[in-house]
Amino acid sequence: MSEFPSKANVVVIGAGIVGSCLVGHLSRLGWEDIVLIDKGPLPNPGGSTGHASNFIFPVDHNKEMALLGVQSANQYRDLDRSVDSGGIEVARTQERMDELDRRMTSATAWGVEAELLTPAQVKELVPFINEEIILGGFHCPTVSVVDSLDTGTLFRNEAMDKGVLQVFANTEVEDVETVDAPNGQQRVSAVVTDRGRIEANYVVVACGVWSNRVANMAGATIPLVPAVHQMADVGPMDVLAETNNEIGYPIVRDMDTFCYERQSAGSMEVGSYGHRAILHHPDDIPSNDEAALTPTEMPFTQDDFDPQMETAIELMDFLGDAEIKYAINGLLSLTPDAMPCLGETVEVRNLWSAAAVWVKEGPGMAQVVAEWMTYGYPRVIDPHASDLARFYPEERGDDHIWARADEHFIKTYGIVHPQEQWEGRRNLVQSPYYSRQEALGAMFFQARVWERAQWYNSNADLVERYGLSEREVEWDNRWWSPIINGEHLNMRENAGLFDLSAFQVFELSGPGALDFAEYLSVNKVCKGIGTSAYTPWLNEDGGFHSDLTMMQTSEDTVRIVTGAFDGGRDEYWIKKYLPEDESVTFKNLSRTTTTLGLWGPNAEAILSQLTDADLSFAGNSYGSVTNVEIAGIACTIFRVSYVGDTGWEIYTGWDNGPALWDALMDAGNDHGLRPTGMGVYAVTGRIEKGYRLMGAELESEYNPIEAGLARPKVKAADFIGKEAYLAAREAGDPEVHCVTLQVDDNVDSQGRQRWMQGGNEPILTADGERLVDSHGRVSRVTTAGYGPSVGKNLLLGYVPAEYAAPGTQMKVMYMNELFPCTVVGTGSAFDPENTRLKGS
Amino acid sequence: MRILTLVKRVPAPGARINITEDSQYVDDKNLGHAVSPHEECGVEAAVQLVEQYGGEATVLSMGGPEAEEQLRVAVSVGISKMVLVPTDGAPKDPQQTAATLVTAIEELEAADGPFHLIIFGNESADQGGFQVGIRIANALGRPMVNGIKGLELPEGQDPASGEGHIIARREVDSGFEVYELPLPACVGVKEGINLPRYPTMKGRLASKKAELTSVDASAEPGGQAQVRLKSPPEKVSETVILGNGPDAAPAIVDLLEELGVM
Repeated sequence: MSEFPSKANVVVIGAGIVGSCLVGHLSRLGWEDIVLIDKGPLPNPGGSTGHASNFIFPVDHNKEMALLGVQSANQYRDLDRSVDSGGIEVARTQERMDELDRRMTSATAWGVEAELLTPAQVKELVPFINEEIILGGFHCPTVSVVDSLDTGTLFRNEAMDKGVLQVFANTEVEDVETVDAPNGQQRVSAVVTDRGRIEANYVVVACGVWSNRVANMAGATIPLVPAVHQMADVGPMDVLAETNNEIGYPIVRDMDTFCYERQSAGSMEVGSYGHRAILHHPDDIPSNDEAALTPTEMPFTQDDFDPQMETAIELMDFLGDAEIKYAINGLLSLTPDAMPCLGETVEVRNLWSAAAVWVKEGPGMAQVVAEWMTYGYPRVIDPHASDLARFYPEERGDDHIWARADEHFIKTYGIVHPQEQWEGRRNLVQSPYYSRQEALGAMFFQARVWERAQWYNSNADLVERYGLSEREVEWDNRWWSPIINGEHLNMRENAGLFDLSAFQVFELSGPGALDFAEYLSVNKVCKGIGTSAYTPWLNEDGGFHSDLTMMQTSEDTVRIVTGAFDGGRDEYWIKKYLPEDESVTFKNLSRTTTTLGLWGPNAEAILSQLTDADLSFAGNSYGSVTNVEIAGIACTIFRVSYVGDTGWEIYTGWDNGPALWDALMDAGNDHGLRPTGMGVYAVTGRIEKGYRLMGAELESEYNPIEAGLARPKVKAADFIGKEAYLAAREAGDPEVHCVTLQVDDNVDSQGRQRWMQGGNEPILTADGERLVDSHGRVSRVTTAGYGPSVGKNLLLGYVPAEYAAPGTQMKVMYMNELFPCTVVGTGSAFDPENTRLKGS
Repeated sequence: MRILTLVKRVPAPGARINITEDSQYVDDKNLGHAVSPHEECGVEAAVQLVEQYGGEATVLSMGGPEAEEQLRVAVSVGISKMVLVPTDGAPKDPQQTAATLVTAIEELEAADGPFHLIIFGNESADQGGFQVGIRIANALGRPMVNGIKGLELPEGQDPASGEGHIIARREVDSGFEVYELPLPACVGVKEGINLPRYPTMKGRLASKKAELTSVDASAEPGGQAQVRLKSPPEKVSETVILGNGPDAAPAIVDLLEELGVM
């Protein structure tokens, strides 16, 4: 073994599937002088990789998980460390059969071969299954079984053969050191191990269940918790042994019992996600020496597994007579929102995380992190749902991580609605109006940590007034109310008052603030005090990182307003790029500034009762930012709209909020003003206007030209992504366009009206053909919602240019049925001339 | 044939053994629990004897309520009855343990008749006192042989009668010693007598429904007390690579000569 180095460019901690693939991908991208360390022995250092069941079901409703699953499966195949066993998800309930229809829809979206099977067809593929207790199955022939340990070895060998990697097993990390960096930040500087100290420019934590503990050494957080997944190996069974294969029969996922049966040579691995959530602190995981097997193969707690055995025997009787040869409480990583932790830590520059990644996504996610480190942002996929920066401080503590993991563990094989809300850890941040909203019967949805009223039950009378009704199918009606449509129509007729306190409000100040604001933004931001811009922020490759509004509020300050789901990512992005000369000061005003939105044809009449300011279009033009007094309260009003009706975002100090709310509600009493929820703001109002949303229509795979957000001219100032943006503009007509579609007929084969949820439903040609562009981007629904003012189900999504013309007939798949739809165009379905917003 | 087999709940072996701060117990926070390996073979022997000769086997353990886990494991592989002699914590005094168990066994035998054969493990995995079985046999006035690796009834003997002998085989360097023990008898079995089966899922589920009999028994402390546990010095082993391929041959010859085998 070579001598332990004192310096390296990159130190990767953890030689499981993630760390091993990461060093391989870094070497492919030209990185040199890499050191990989692990506290355990190789090739199985004792983390979660070593006891993984090593199978990949390539269908997932989540785009990142689905595409990186497919990507990872292909990487295993490329190394010849993969066998396509096929896999079947079986349903014991009608609810699950409906979910399998949804799985078929996602399989179509991601281009994964799949079919629904009758119980008899399942039996043909899996002769030892009890087909009498199942209603059907979802069969995916490309489900694969991989050799993750050997794949890790091959990736490490590839980097070592290039001479760019040294590997040290049995090397324990004792500390991760940092040094002061500009703008009051910390930067990683060294890793201290029991073999010595290595100075490093970059450190990557790929330590699986130990990741948070190692990140904590540097003062950073990677919110995850080690959690038990129980698995028992039973056998031998002749029918399995006779296949003379590691895997000869399709893997069966018994979805309704949260269990799987996976052949392993002559025996069967029965794995469970159906037991109670069993969480451990990383300090309670034994060392390699102290563990009877490996540290993450903890002693089996039989009582937790017993109910699973009963249901497993129901499904496959022969399991009952086979001996339980090996059974473990295997540890894996869970995060507060069930998504991985990828990217640079927000607390320490150059300290990266590649954690909470399972074998099924390992190679793909390692590629994501390697590209992120290389290019400043991943190229293979937009990682916003896995981005470590997404977490707010309240989401990074053990109390939150444990509570959320406890809640979602049982949903691993669950049927999770796209709008599903968390039960626990609510009310982490309430707006100043919370008690008023509660009194109005608000239905609260949580936007990460912020509680927001989705609709108000006090507006139930609007349902009758506008002749609205519940949705016929429970799934479509879940987490929804016709009151939303009532609030929408009332806003279009009168006015709505919106609580937008979850807005993330930042301020840049100092001599470099204006230039820095321009550097972040595609559009020109600083056009004088009191001006504003709606603008994309791009990454270096010219794809979207964010879209938000920015206002010049003084000679050297700029205010940035972004959404609750993106506050963490945007704050991280700003801090990452802050000038090293410290000429810009960053402040987060989100917890001291509250925002109300007032929109509708009566908005001006309402507000004018409370202020002397000129509110006419002439005196207060669209986009202007003005300091005014409203009911004697100092406020800033911003004439803008995300819902298609005229009005303002009104900012004031947090403590002034309640008085402002009361004054506006009083003034609106005779003007039909109603408190109006995020169901209108985020969905119905927005989709009627075709406004794009970060994380839905806007992702790094798309650019402003494709999104229809390119302005006629490009500003002179430099900005992040400018070169790529200019190149995309010069390339001419884009390959895809973001369009609005209307669903022409939403009645399904059972005669029921259906309502798409915006869960990546594929947008197909009129002949039902899947649409994929030359970059591999698939046409799918990015947002779905009803447009109450246009009376249609509306969809947003990207389609190839030849399908983007208004009137083009298409199909959308929902719950495995095709519905005809028509392209409305790249603009708005409602008030396309924007007369309601900007005056006629 | 009526058989009693005794088991003790011990930390599962296989990992580095840590000792608690008070030096009184094996620190089991990272460890699962099992029965001592010799006793696991005792359970298997009891199950096999019943399979071969009929009758029923009972498993007994002395310990805290958590010992029920090991009793149910025994039931899950084929033992039909289970008995717990409850104590506070794991027993440490072999004289007291033996005396307590004698009382318990006498109570069980008074109720349901004598056990024709009592099977112990050769020694426990955690304390290794080698005493409890012999002390019990002595107190009950029954013959006892330790280190047993084979058990069978003489041909033609009526197993149900409980009369006659049991043939026990003990491995020694030169082969096997064969004992004929008049019934009722006691034996201490050793790993290697059989290959214990794993529980099946159905066995496990059936064991959950089995009734646990609790027999209260106690005895005065004996003269032996545990002072403290001490970890032995860690064995450090060194691997020397003598060479690769044919080049290694001279070094191997030298070594074999040094060892005196050539």
